Amino acid sequence: MISTAIDVLAAEGGHSIPLVEPTSAGSLALPLVLVIALPAVGAAILLLGGRRTDAWGHLLGTAAVVGSFVCSLWLFLGLLGRGEEERQLGLDLWTWFATGRWEVKLGLLYDPLSALFLLLITGVGALIHVYSIGYMEHDVRRRRFFGYLNLFVAAMLVLVLSSDYVGVFLGWEGVGLASYLLIGFWQHKPSAAAASKKAFVINRVGDIGLSLGVGLMLVTFGTTSFDEVSALTSGASAGVMTAIGLLLLLAACGKSAQFPLQSWLLDAMEGPTPVSALIHAATMVTAGVYLIVRSQFVFEYSDTARLAVAVIGTITLLMGAWIGCAKDDIKKTLAGSTMSQIGYMVLASGLGVAGYAFAIFHLLTHGAFKANMFLGAGSVMHGTDDDVDMRHYGALQKAMPVTFLTFAMGYLAIIGFPGFSGFWSKDKIIETALAESPVLGVCALLGAGVTGFYMTRLMLMTFFGPKRWEPGVHPHESPKVMTFPLVALAALSVLGGLLLLNDWIVTFLAPVTGEAEEHHLPVPPILISALVVLVVALGVALAFVLFGRREVPREAPTEVSFLTRAGRNELYGNEVNDTLVVGPGKQLTAGLATFDRAVVDGGAMGTAASIGGLSQALRRAQNGFVRSYALSLLAGAALVLLALVVVNLA
Amino acid sequence: MSVTPFIVLSAILFTIGAVGVLTRRNAIVVFMCVELMLNASNLALITFAKANGNLDGQIAAFFVMVVAAAEVVVGLAIIMTIFRTRRSASVDDASLLKY
Repeated sequence: MISTAIDVLAAEGGHSIPLVEPTSAGSLALPLVLVIALPAVGAAILLLGGRRTDAWGHLLGTAAVVGSFVCSLWLFLGLLGRGEEERQLGLDLWTWFATGRWEVKLGLLYDPLSALFLLLITGVGALIHVYSIGYMEHDVRRRRFFGYLNLFVAAMLVLVLSSDYVGVFLGWEGVGLASYLLIGFWQHKPSAAAASKKAFVINRVGDIGLSLGVGLMLVTFGTTSFDEVSALTSGASAGVMTAIGLLLLLAACGKSAQFPLQSWLLDAMEGPTPVSALIHAATMVTAGVYLIVRSQFVFEYSDTARLAVAVIGTITLLMGAWIGCAKDDIKKTLAGSTMSQIGYMVLASGLGVAGYAFAIFHLLTHGAFKANMFLGAGSVMHGTDDDVDMRHYGALQKAMPVTFLTFAMGYLAIIGFPGFSGFWSKDKIIETALAESPVLGVCALLGAGVTGFYMTRLMLMTFFGPKRWEPGVHPHESPKVMTFPLVALAALSVLGGLLLLNDWIVTFLAPVTGEAEEHHLPVPPILISALVVLVVALGVALAFVLFGRREVPREAPTEVSFLTRAGRNELYGNEVNDTLVVGPGKQLTAGLATFDRAVVDGGAMGTAASIGGLSQALRRAQNGFVRSYALSLLAGAALVLLALVVVNLA
Repeated sequence: MSVTPFIVLSAILFTIGAVGVLTRRNAIVVFMCVELMLNASNLALITFAKANGNLDGQIAAFFVMVVAAAEVVVGLAIIMTIFRTRRSASVDDASLLKY
């Protein structure tokens, strides 16, 4: 079946906004189901099987995700074998629920966007599963860890494969649950337990946005499936589209740790490092970007919502970079960097049709190089008895050569060293931003320089300089099962730029994101690339002067500038939340509790007490003397008589 | 036939009975006073039946008598039992069932 509908022309841009029009999945239905089913079944076996599965649980969990990756490759090759018009495969599973006018179907949609996500999730996921076999070797709850990881992979796949916003919501909540369970995996640490709760609660705020957005779609269009919504958005009013767009943006802010819901991500580093790599760097936190790009048929009809997306992305990319500069905890530095890089993706997706493909491109390259660096950080921690303070590292390049080399590949990729994957993806975003909005473009350019600064600082403090190790710590290289994923991810970090060869990724994603017209920059792109490289080089040089030439103190200096202090305190995000939300919330609950005690309870208890007191008085009438009963009987009869007489006379 | 004398007699008898119930302590006397009140009301019923010329009041009087007879059986038995256990027939003494 070939799509016959005419693409809708956007009024302002003139480009066509692609509709979601899936054709039958045909022979690819089997791998499409298997890709989700394998990790889901793996999670079920591991979590329900209990101790019986302890011995081989980690192998089963890894095998499930590897199997899922094989299915993804199978699907991807199948997709490449089809013509461009047939690259949206739909598979209706069953009607989830039908109520009155609304019917929500559970179905899968496999298109170029899902295809790339599938490869990222299952590919990086499989490597991280392999890595975790070594990383979690001495943990008594390793089998449970793999169960949760499989649950996460299954939920994430539901998120990116669902053909309906309600299905996306199912996966959205599923990854939120898995994230909560995994951040708090070492629940015996109060900090980990608190961090998982914090992540869960802040994500709920975003989820409100998603549920309200989906609800608004249901009210406006009467449906939530991508194909029907995408066909109807051209007829909706601008106000409604802006409202839906902003609600979806709120959802993306929660899941992707964007300003103002960013504060959970740094605390989420309490989880085991493979979790930080898989969930809080490569996949789950990019779900917000997926949601925005997937909903391009909403955002294309609202300039306001798109502008809001771009501004939020820019703010977050600067905030994250700032925080990354000041933190001494290696994982928190990387978390700040993750925030910042996702800010780039959100910025790109806010630039509209010109940026969607580059957002996804950066998402893929970031998924590889950031997972690589997080796993590298995990390897460093593995070798230094779980120390995360970079001031206690130094000179690790000799002790951990493989970790160092692979980390260096990730480093070169993230700062955008020419030729490495991050160079291509970030460069494209900055270039597009400069073309669409000079202010945002300059901010993105500045962010690139800061990225060069904080990543160089991290490299220098961790791998170079003199030894600042804790007494009794003897750093050593990690086992092969951990270094193999590092090598694989390092290779991807280097080669990720190949996706841009001949604009392949842009063309490949065009059926989903639409085709952008050429931009006409006043200067040739090569000059902009040179400018970006120059700014990055400045950042690197500054870091080299500050941290490479001077002794790094083992204790963090306390006499620091306001910039550093603000960065260390995560730009006071927690304080702002406390002042604006937590404090008033506590006061409100305290007030409500007082109201409940004084008025509600007081009313109920007071009524009961007064009835009790009255009864105490009345029961004195039961004095046991028959003659007094007789008297009251007589008096009662007399009273009745009197009443009769009065009534009859009146 | 004037009903007034009969009704006056009935009222007097009823009042004597009621005052007796309220003032006397001996259970037997109280009991007799109750009977007196019942019979006073019987007298009133029969008087009105006669005056109205139908049998409704007389039938009611029969019912009252039957109830009174049954009540005597039960009441006297209770009084007997109380007297046997407490050596007293005073209604004021039997005042345990209270608050």
